[in-house]
Amino acid sequence: MRNDTDIAIVSWATTPMVRQTGNTETQLLLHAITDALEPVGLTRADVDFTCAGSCDYISGATFSFVGNLDAIGAWPPKRDSHVEMDGAWAMYEAWLRLHHGDIEIAVVTGSGRSSTANPALIYPMEMDPYYLAPLGVDPLTFAALQARALIDAGKITERDMAEVAVRSRRDAKSNPHAQVTGNFDVDKLLEEDYVRAPLRRHDLPPITDGACAVVLATARRAEQLRERPAWITGLEHRTECHNPALRELTDSPSTRIAAEAAGIGDGPIDLAELQAAFTHEELLLREVLGLDDSVPVNQSGGALAANPIMATGLVRISEAARHIVEGDKQRTLAHSTSGPCLQQNLVCILEGDS
Amino acid sequence: MSFQPTAIVGIGQTHHTPRRRDVSFPGLIREAAVRALDDAQMTWSDIDAVVLGKAPDLFEGVMKPELYMSDALGATGKPMFRVHTAGSVGGTTGIVASHHVQAGVHTRVMAVAFEKQSEGNAQFALGSGRGASLGAGGAFAPFIRSYINRSGAPEHIGWQVAVKDRQNALKNEYAHLKIADISIEKVRESPMMWEPIRYLESCPSSDGACAVIFTDEDGGNAAASDGRQPAWVLGTAVRSEPGSFPGRDAVRPQGAIDCAWDLYGQVGITNPREQIDMAELYVPFSWFEPIWLEGHDIAEVGEGWKMVDSGETEIGGAFPVNCSGGVLSSNPIGASGLLRFAEAALQVRGMAGEHQVDGANVALGQAYGANMQYFAMWIVANSLDPFG
Repeated sequence: MRNDTDIAIVSWATTPMVRQTGNTETQLLLHAITDALEPVGLTRADVDFTCAGSCDYISGATFSFVGNLDAIGAWPPKRDSHVEMDGAWAMYEAWLRLHHGDIEIAVVTGSGRSSTANPALIYPMEMDPYYLAPLGVDPLTFAALQARALIDAGKITERDMAEVAVRSRRDAKSNPHAQVTGNFDVDKLLEEDYVRAPLRRHDLPPITDGACAVVLATARRAEQLRERPAWITGLEHRTECHNPALRELTDSPSTRIAAEAAGIGDGPIDLAELQAAFTHEELLLREVLGLDDSVPVNQSGGALAANPIMATGLVRISEAARHIVEGDKQRTLAHSTSGPCLQQNLVCILEGDS
Repeated sequence: MSFQPTAIVGIGQTHHTPRRRDVSFPGLIREAAVRALDDAQMTWSDIDAVVLGKAPDLFEGVMKPELYMSDALGATGKPMFRVHTAGSVGGTTGIVASHHVQAGVHTRVMAVAFEKQSEGNAQFALGSGRGASLGAGGAFAPFIRSYINRSGAPEHIGWQVAVKDRQNALKNEYAHLKIADISIEKVRESPMMWEPIRYLESCPSSDGACAVIFTDEDGGNAAASDGRQPAWVLGTAVRSEPGSFPGRDAVRPQGAIDCAWDLYGQVGITNPREQIDMAELYVPFSWFEPIWLEGHDIAEVGEGWKMVDSGETEIGGAFPVNCSGGVLSSNPIGASGLLRFAEAALQVRGMAGEHQVDGANVALGQAYGANMQYFAMWIVANSLDPFG
């Protein structure tokens, strides 16, 4: 039995993950929200709270999230909020709000259309504007620095990284929404040139347009809506110092603290979905979270198969919830991240009724 | 409802100015945060989580600034996240921070909101980087004209609000605009910006930050027994509606009405004008004072301007509004909503200095955003049961 204050994921949906969509962000969300509500027999009128995650810089317009109210269907007016972060943090805000006990159903979204933007141009804008942004250092460069640090520390090899890519792309074949899938050979991948040493093309995520919606419910409704809801038994996030030069790049202490606070040690983890947009990040996060080879990680293909920025973390949560609701797993973990070299990290632990 | 009682025990803000060239973003927010910690008699290590709010990133040209300010916020190793709900964001930031405590998830939480508008060009950013933007005044002027036509309010009401708020700002050490010789004539003769909005009926562009510290019932009671009056958060509410659709009433948005009555219901308010002792409303252009007095059912429809005309909304009036000088006197946009919420809390704590309202036991803070479509409100009081 669950307490009235327990909160669960009861449904989710993602749009197709594609290199470039003809849809606007509002249209993507319109479909994602409708598709998430329909399987549990809810309509927009049943939704008590909405919270969106998106980013003006990705959209290229100030207040870009305002137009997305059309997709939410905020009429009559809704309790609604927005975080300028991945939808995973929008879920954190919705989870807090549901604790009040006066509302029962929340819809959380994440959305981004990276195809209209140039990530290499935009991402330096999220750095310290005085010291780091003027360097014009893009996400690939920061990722390469971290990968190099891990290799130099003897924690991983380029072959380990290529193996992550091969496994992700193979697993992604069973994910109808994945963008990069197929059978690849580790040795052949390792013959390719570097994009930014030690990163090769297969170590990088694709540029993706897409959106995700997740439906949360408090215990009373969750048990009506799903036979086996995915209960949120731990949800924590932590940040670190911004400057990568002042951090230990071969570690991710904020992930570790968040996971411990979320109760990772209270039982075995049966499956994990990690927001690892670069191959080495999966290896680092696995180590930090203590996930040995017996724990399946990113069976969906993960961010290496589709990386809809601002939704990538929320997609991880929805994938981790899927395995609970569908009944093949008992306790799963989802992870989301923000900032250069995994600066800020969120960990969500989901459990099914036994 | 099952939420935990939540108290405000620390408030800090910067001196708001056109430009703070002496500090970076982290320096700016830290000033407000340190003042709030001092007020709460806490240190950084006492804070469990931080919620940051600011308006669009294009204002300063830094994407997701919460990343780069983590150290300055004392947030390293802690939870921190960033909300953004357009002009209402400062209010939402306070509300989300309070929810951490109300939900029983954390015990001591800091809300911080800021804008450093001198780093960029807000009008340019409001036009999404397109030139010749009409800005916020251009967007709101037609609604204001419509309000005047509907209510039959005389033209001097807007000037009167501008004079009142500017006179109140003279009593607020943190206010940006301080026009010692402000007068009806001066406002009336100032240039027309966006008809019917004149220059001196418009908000300035400010650099500034605000921080508010929340704690649980034990923390609130401990502060009270130590002689430091807490402000209790009796209720919070938000509402949003789409910016345009057939039948939308942008002069009296349904979101404003629903937000207010959700809030009043939580607190047990049936007659807001009588039961609330003062209000800080989001008034970036003078006419929004009567518009929101009506929009939140403090005045009857068409009657809000009469409260202004009779002097009821002055300090010392029956329903004082914007005693701090309001958004008309200081507008670091992302912080402006939290400043409204913080001023309401200062008033019920009896800590508003020269702009203190006598007998302010119950106060309303309000912020709105985007195309008059996002609303955030709270009611704070000097006890958990102010209506006995």
